[in-house]
Amino acid sequence: MTRTIEYRDALNEAMSEEMRRDERVFLLGEEVAEYDGAYKVSRGMLQEFGPKRVVDTPISESGFSGMAIGAAMLGLRPIVEFMSWSFSLVAADPILNNAPKMLYMSGGQFGCPIVIRGNDGAGGQLGSTHSWCVEGLYANVPGMKMVIPAFPADAKGLLKSAIRDDDPVFFLESERLLAYKDEVPEEEYLIPIGKALVRRPGTDCTLVSFGRPVHFCLEAAEELAREGISCEVIDGRTIRPLDIDTIVQSVKKTNYCVVVDQSWPFASPGAEIAAQVHAACFDDLDNAVGRVHSADVPTPYASELEQEYLPNARRICEAVRATTYNA
Amino acid sequence: MPITKVLEAQIDHVSILDEHGNFDESLGKGLIPDEDLIKLYGHMVICRLLDEVAFKLQRSGRMGTYPQNMGQEAPSLGAAYALETTDWMVTCYRENCGLFWRGLPMEKILQHWMGDERGNDIPRELHATPIAVPIGTQMLHATGLAWAAKYRGEKRVACTFFGDGATSEGDFHEAMNFAANLDIPVVFFCQNNQWAISVPGKIQCSAPTVAQRGFAYGMDCLRCDGNDIFAVVHCMNKAIASGRDNKRPTFIEAVTYRLGDHTTADDARRYRDAEEVELWKARDPITRIKAFMKSRKIWDDSKQAELEEHADEAVSAAVKRAEGIEAPNKEDFFNWMYAELPEQLVVQRDTMRTSSIGQDPSQIESPQASQQS
Repeated sequence: MTRTIEYRDALNEAMSEEMRRDERVFLLGEEVAEYDGAYKVSRGMLQEFGPKRVVDTPISESGFSGMAIGAAMLGLRPIVEFMSWSFSLVAADPILNNAPKMLYMSGGQFGCPIVIRGNDGAGGQLGSTHSWCVEGLYANVPGMKMVIPAFPADAKGLLKSAIRDDDPVFFLESERLLAYKDEVPEEEYLIPIGKALVRRPGTDCTLVSFGRPVHFCLEAAEELAREGISCEVIDGRTIRPLDIDTIVQSVKKTNYCVVVDQSWPFASPGAEIAAQVHAACFDDLDNAVGRVHSADVPTPYASELEQEYLPNARRICEAVRATTYNA
Repeated sequence: MPITKVLEAQIDHVSILDEHGNFDESLGKGLIPDEDLIKLYGHMVICRLLDEVAFKLQRSGRMGTYPQNMGQEAPSLGAAYALETTDWMVTCYRENCGLFWRGLPMEKILQHWMGDERGNDIPRELHATPIAVPIGTQMLHATGLAWAAKYRGEKRVACTFFGDGATSEGDFHEAMNFAANLDIPVVFFCQNNQWAISVPGKIQCSAPTVAQRGFAYGMDCLRCDGNDIFAVVHCMNKAIASGRDNKRPTFIEAVTYRLGDHTTADDARRYRDAEEVELWKARDPITRIKAFMKSRKIWDDSKQAELEEHADEAVSAAVKRAEGIEAPNKEDFFNWMYAELPEQLVVQRDTMRTSSIGQDPSQIESPQASQQS
């Protein structure tokens, strides 16, 4: 049985269910308690779990993420909410230099089962300092996992898996998807970290994406189908560890691939996937892998520019036509 | 009255056994039993010798960069003595003496600075975290550990150590703010050794004491002669009681001095006066205890000779053990990356090549085969 709920409520259900299940899980961050979260993701959680487990913190990203790492070292399972991943930059040392290395640097003594979650990417005219897509910046770091769900059902199942995971998980949400409604199973379920999903089967070109741009890919695939180009859309769901097998399997069938990644092009997950597909499918590809990214500039403030800066259905269609020699 | 006083602050500086041998009976009597004082003294002597030997090991190419602890034995030792072994010690790199008191084998410290990650694999029952070399990051971890202990209903405190330089870091202020506002039982233990590499204390803090930084966060602040182990224990006892009973953090400034260089990569003679160093040599934490014990007739030259012999043996044995540890296997650097190693890292480990990423492992030639071709 399923029902239709918002992405934010799927996140809320995932956290609440895991907190009922496991006393060690707690949520901390700015505004998460009294205010129900800046984006109302933690609505009602203070009432249910009390101030010990739903903790309003000072505006101190480095502080609460570093403290959560300490708590995780002693076996608790903190969920850290960044209002935006853009604000994680001031906490770079704890989240990049401590969390993903703690197990390694303590010779396996201290694990760091921490989930860090928040809005990633352009939220809509928030300006360049508040519109970071951190996947390109952070995916380079070994020792952590990176999850970026595009649909409410995945958001719930993956967040539950992330909370149960013994390693640090960076969980990337999107402000633009929080109100997105879709079917979510009523019964308990988990979605494994590290598994991609074929969202739409197709035969002529593989479209690979993560997070919000998956929706743009599905939009583009619809339009391209009317032109007679059948796209197979893969929702990566996890960036680290990357499920390259699902992508390779598809490219071996379609012989064309376009990667759609909302981060900047240089040294990005999109670049990584293109490199891996080139290596693994060298004899299968009929053209180089096409890539659609955000433009290589800070996120513009003006709405028209922001729309054009981000990957969008039009730009994806153009890339698929060019890659498949249909331009 | 339009202007009223809203805050009056006072910082107490605690000194019990000073460098001239003056002992405050009212504070010091019964604080450290004689038999414990003898053990503490022995630890300091061994720790000082290890420090000197480590310096020589580095100079002779047998060890990497090493931060000497010389002159700063009393602060961490006094703290470790006052803490229960179930309390957390969250240290940086000038707390060797306290860690040894806790039970850390000396070869672990040597192994670490010889450039072996496994030196940081501290036995679990010691409740000490890996040595934090970045400045200040460990204070947040201590706050989190103490938070977790409180969350689980345990009466443990966390004591975190850092230098005067670290009080300029954002993490220091964020950790202090958290602990004070959320009632987290942390002892913030500042070893004010006057120098952050070549930067003098006045550039870190223009206030007359570092201790008063704690006032801004609404926590109790204490200051003591860090080279006086009695004073350190006195302050620690207060801080621990406040943490255990009331979940309140305390800030302790232990005024001490780095007699050596910052690390073996530094030469402090280039930036500080010899007279200053001489002044602090006279305030050495070890010699004053020795004189005190002699005056109390619980120590003599024959006991000293026996101790020195034992120290020589203990340090030589530790060096031998450290140098006898076999080098790690190169495959080992994939250990402890994740609770379970992801498939792509398994491929990297098995092939020892990053070029294998994205390729079918069955088609990759082995590194040996490629060398032959």
